[in-house]
Amino acid sequence: MDTLRLFFAHPLRAFRLELELEIAGETVALVGPSGAGKSTVLRAVAGLIRPEAGTISLNGDLWFDADRRVNRAPEDRSVGYVFQDYALFPHLTVERNVAFGGKRGVRELLKRFRIEHLAGARPGQLSGGERQRVGLARALARDPAVLLLDEPLSALDAQTRETVRIELQELLHDLELPTLLVTHDFEDAVALADRVGVLLEGQLLQSGTPAELVAAPADPFVASLTGGNLLAGRARGQANGLTEVILEEGSTVYSTQAASGRVGVIVQPWDVSIAREQPADSALNHIRAPISSLIPLGNRVRVRVGPLTAELTTASVERLGLAIGDNVVASFKATGTRLVPLRGE
Amino acid sequence: MRRLFELGLVLAAALVLAFLFLPLLALFLRVPPNVLVAQLTSDVALDALWISVKTGLIAHVLVLGLGTPAAYLLATREFRGRSLVVSAIEVPLVLPPAVAGIALLTAFGRRGLLGGTFEALGFSIPFTQLAVVLAVAFVAIPFYVRQGIAAFAAVDRTLLDASRTLGATPLRTFVRIALPLAAGGLGAASALAWARGTGEFGATIMFAGSFQGETQTLPLAIYAQLDQNRDTAISIGALLVLFSVAVLLAVKALPRWTRFDSSSLTPFARSASN
Repeated sequence: MDTLRLFFAHPLRAFRLELELEIAGETVALVGPSGAGKSTVLRAVAGLIRPEAGTISLNGDLWFDADRRVNRAPEDRSVGYVFQDYALFPHLTVERNVAFGGKRGVRELLKRFRIEHLAGARPGQLSGGERQRVGLARALARDPAVLLLDEPLSALDAQTRETVRIELQELLHDLELPTLLVTHDFEDAVALADRVGVLLEGQLLQSGTPAELVAAPADPFVASLTGGNLLAGRARGQANGLTEVILEEGSTVYSTQAASGRVGVIVQPWDVSIAREQPADSALNHIRAPISSLIPLGNRVRVRVGPLTAELTTASVERLGLAIGDNVVASFKATGTRLVPLRGE
Repeated sequence: MRRLFELGLVLAAALVLAFLFLPLLALFLRVPPNVLVAQLTSDVALDALWISVKTGLIAHVLVLGLGTPAAYLLATREFRGRSLVVSAIEVPLVLPPAVAGIALLTAFGRRGLLGGTFEALGFSIPFTQLAVVLAVAFVAIPFYVRQGIAAFAAVDRTLLDASRTLGATPLRTFVRIALPLAAGGLGAASALAWARGTGEFGATIMFAGSFQGETQTLPLAIYAQLDQNRDTAISIGALLVLFSVAVLLAVKALPRWTRFDSSSLTPFARSASN
């Protein structure tokens, strides 16, 4: 299996980008606000910029080494790069765009991405979702060893985005290429990536599986970025007009959002309340479990209850006298949940 | 008061138009069409037309062949002193033509800076057709390069990057992506440069002289015929007016001809640092 290794440093306007990553046949997402240096990482891997220091290699084959003065040209690195706004060549037809990178199997790619009927069209005539598919097909026509995706969903409207996200998820799973994707949207990262790294001002604050980041943010910024709780489960259809989700640890929660198959239930920590006994309130979802951790974040405390993290004021924690090991009930409303499709297994 | 102002504006515009077009119109009114055509088939006119077309073509090959790569370099590569180079290329644009003539003579003349070198190689440049070509190229290249830089700079850099990541060498990227996307602007630049070169007078008369059938281009023929056969001079003038109008139309039409719908959904979200 191919492995991409990067270890480099590069000065940007306001800070220094420093990154060390190893990506095997999996998808790694770099998440962070705009201006965090995410696209620079992709450009460095593709050879479009020359980092100040470090090395980039694929299976030990050096693409870049600052010390040994190795710097392969972009055309000599086997990457498929999908640009943020897809960068389709406006003067070429869809078919010629795809064939630009490699002539072999163009027809199959057009078919695979359902753009066969658009073969003779120019990019200007396409919708956002169609452009995205052309961009992917073109990047894959070269049969790359590494896939780079720059905000692959951000140029799409909300409705197209949902569909494309699922398609992209399946594609990345099938390809099994070392894939590096950058996004500012943690939800996209959850849906698409096996591992997520949080990048802020050029530094990797934390990396891990999406669930790890949500469960144990190492830094307040990671906590604010990952925000929600992520509960993996299987949507089991409808009950009273709500989606019933059986969580992996056995309990059942309800959501007002429609979904089916394997899903992640996202709940914001500030939408979770804690009580000693199950309250007779309007919330549909209650999970009883012992408190496993109490992490102060300024005037708030993150309380970990079973699979859930609740964010309470310091005053509430003191009033309830919460301590690690206490058996409590965490409650949240079905209307406060969002469902994200997860890769099925 | 307000209507008086509007009236004033219209009057000024009308006067400008009249002032510009009366002389041009006079060329066509002064000589009847049949005489005009007859004069254009005179030896002097035909010789001048041939010299203008021949030297113009050769000069244009030089202008496009050297100017296009130069414009691409200046539009797409960052290097120290880049803006200085761009300014230097623009100097001949503001140079008085007589200065261009004396400068060419001083560089390539028999006793000029490089004159001895050419002499040793067995040929001399001044007062030959080669001198006409050089004079025309000298004034036309800055026009072309300046517009060419703008044409290449208008091509989205991300497209050039995309081409490279798809395995294309810099040369293939230039030929397949940059050139076609800049073609409209380059075509317009080429037409303008051709027009400027065809109208060249000052540098040519000083550096190449005005020998009929050898170095006498159309503008030089007008000047030469002024005293001998005014009708011939006027007829050539009328021909050049038509040529200029054709160039203007081409310049307006060319960029539109190759304009593509942008493939970009968010034209402002393209920052180099991120």
